[in-house]
Amino acid sequence: MSDEALDPAGSGGRADSAGRAGATSRTTTRPVVARDDVVLEAVGLTKHFPLRGLRASGAVHAVDGIDLALRSGQVIALVGESGSGKSTVARLLARLYPQTAGTIRLHGEEVTARRGRAFRRYARRVQMIFQDPFASLNPVHTVRYTLTRAVKIHQKGLSGDELEKALRALLERVQLSPDRFIDKFPHELSGGQRQRVAIARALAADPEVLLADEPISMLDVSIRIGILNLLQDLRDRLGIAILYITHDIASARYFADRTYVMYAGKPVETGDSESVTQTPAHPYTQLLVRSAPDPEDLVSEERSGGRGEPPNMVNPPEGCRFSPRCPFATDLCRTTTPPLLQIGAGREVACWGYASRVEGGTDAIPASAQLPQLGAAAAPVTAAATTTPEVTR
Amino acid sequence: MTPPSTQVLTDGRSARSSDRRPILEIRDLAVDYGYGEDRVHALRGVNLTLHEGEVLGLAGESGCGKSTLVYGATRLLPPPGLISAGEVLYHTEDGETVDLLRLSDADLRAGRWQDIAVVFQGAMNSLNPVYRIGRQLTDAIKAHRPGSTPREREERARELLDMVGIAPERIRSYPHQLSGGMRQRVMIAMALALEPRVLIMDEPTTALDVVMQRQILEQIQDLRDRLGFAVIFITHDVSLLVEVADRIAIMYAGEIVEEASGKQVYKEPRHPYSYGLLHSFPPLHGPRRELQGIPGSPPDLQNLPSGCPFRTRCAHAMPECAEIHPELGPTALGEERRTVACLLHTPGHTVPAELAEHATGR
Repeated sequence: MSDEALDPAGSGGRADSAGRAGATSRTTTRPVVARDDVVLEAVGLTKHFPLRGLRASGAVHAVDGIDLALRSGQVIALVGESGSGKSTVARLLARLYPQTAGTIRLHGEEVTARRGRAFRRYARRVQMIFQDPFASLNPVHTVRYTLTRAVKIHQKGLSGDELEKALRALLERVQLSPDRFIDKFPHELSGGQRQRVAIARALAADPEVLLADEPISMLDVSIRIGILNLLQDLRDRLGIAILYITHDIASARYFADRTYVMYAGKPVETGDSESVTQTPAHPYTQLLVRSAPDPEDLVSEERSGGRGEPPNMVNPPEGCRFSPRCPFATDLCRTTTPPLLQIGAGREVACWGYASRVEGGTDAIPASAQLPQLGAAAAPVTAAATTTPEVTR
Repeated sequence: MTPPSTQVLTDGRSARSSDRRPILEIRDLAVDYGYGEDRVHALRGVNLTLHEGEVLGLAGESGCGKSTLVYGATRLLPPPGLISAGEVLYHTEDGETVDLLRLSDADLRAGRWQDIAVVFQGAMNSLNPVYRIGRQLTDAIKAHRPGSTPREREERARELLDMVGIAPERIRSYPHQLSGGMRQRVMIAMALALEPRVLIMDEPTTALDVVMQRQILEQIQDLRDRLGFAVIFITHDVSLLVEVADRIAIMYAGEIVEEASGKQVYKEPRHPYSYGLLHSFPPLHGPRRELQGIPGSPPDLQNLPSGCPFRTRCAHAMPECAEIHPELGPTALGEERRTVACLLHTPGHTVPAELAEHATGR
């Protein structure tokens, strides 16, 4: 059945390069959404992977209670080291795994689709881009075949000229010239071109949400920005909500409107990207920012201070999961998990060090508990929600 | 056997000046992959000198030949890689000079690890999963110092682990019991087992997180200060190199296109490709700027454009670029100790402002 799609269309639509028309004339069921509306939302999302094996018991606590809201026309970055659960979050949102607890809502409606038609309907609206474009494209098929399949699955009934037009429109949207690339095999493309094809495939479903799992980390430095700029362009033109997963906090600053920092399966800090990177509040974020290579700052000697390693996720530490590595940790940190405290407009941090300066921050703990003293490392706390406006670019 | 000391070699890095002695000189090295008509010229006449106690960074996109360069120079190149020309001069401690490319197999084998050690790309996965790391650490010592006793070797292995910040008790661990960062350190410890004078690190931190990467880099710098070996550090992350390397060579399509000190490359790039690379990653601090990366894609070595291989992606390409192949030479600004391969820096051309910047406070 797919062969049918492959052959006659090729010659038919070639002369016609007014590709965009094909894209817009498609019958889409996408609801009209205003910018900045919450499209996809996760509440208390949790995933535990049970350990397998004869004598094994327990579970890997990959993600523990993360709240996330993806808005149309916005990029949200999820930053953290490997094993912090950021990819698991993306896979949960894409419904590739069932969650252990928590709910996912698409436009306010709870998503329960797991397979079959319901899942496909969901996948049409939420698409994923994987890290490794060398692995995510089938090497025995041409670009045309890869894209045709996606188009046929997600937009039933396209064939002939219309299909060809749609394919060309897709390639043009990711800035690949259709004539040059449509009949190429993945091995004939460079990494950046492959990633563009993977993005085009995701766009074939005309999604509202793109989950991009480290989309640039396997690419050459010189072409990474090109992919980010392309995603940015898709955000602006199509109003797609993008979840950008990365370990590179500098690219989150460049690309994302909001940044969530994760550590050991839990969110430790959220806020607009600029303030999270410029005035990091959580000791872990501070460590991340300090550790990133920064050619501007060659002189500063006390860069590191980063000792230790991420915790064992089968038996994560009690209390704050960063406490074993944290230079400020007190007994309180080692026993009681800090809640996300609001330290500014849209900025939250899960650290007891801010509890005394936030209204109601110390309510849940005994008065005798010793709060960590962050001293000069603490980020400024702005009480009212009026000071920093939401960053929209 | 030499005593397992960490003090012996501390003299190597006494002077940070440029008059340090060269230790490894690569001259006109050319490497092809494959045979006959459709062989690929992966390296085309590369010259590079490594001085004692220096960290030399090699940067460039994947496929530009940075790994080929060091594997060629150490004769570790697997077939169908073929060294077609050039010489690699290694200056021994006694002042003798040997050409590694013309060394007998036995001599080469004796010198490997002892003189020049390599930390391979993806080192995290190059440990043997079925042996304890202690055994893997002592293997090389056993091969090169047959006179040593097992006790001495184990002592040395413990010392090495301690040196890279791993508790010596972990000597009985299997690789899977260690985290990625620890495995990487074990690899570095192994490379340093025989106190080599040259350490080649091929993307040693690429698979690691920034926090772990920072720890490893500090470790390497600290060990270099203590032991005084010279390092060739390969990476595609230029911002990282600017921090760790004394000198940086930027490679493109099998050639070096610019060589200068780390600071010079960062503050005052002279080659359009270096400039492009530096403007490809977003800064973490300072003003946000729009970034473009470099247009086009990395070169296909099988059919390179005529003349300058970068011209098809270059913003400053001129008609001559298609005809004349630029050679490494002095910059148009007459700066010392740096070279660039670009026609813009030859007489009769004006260098665009962005490639002629002078950083203040030099």
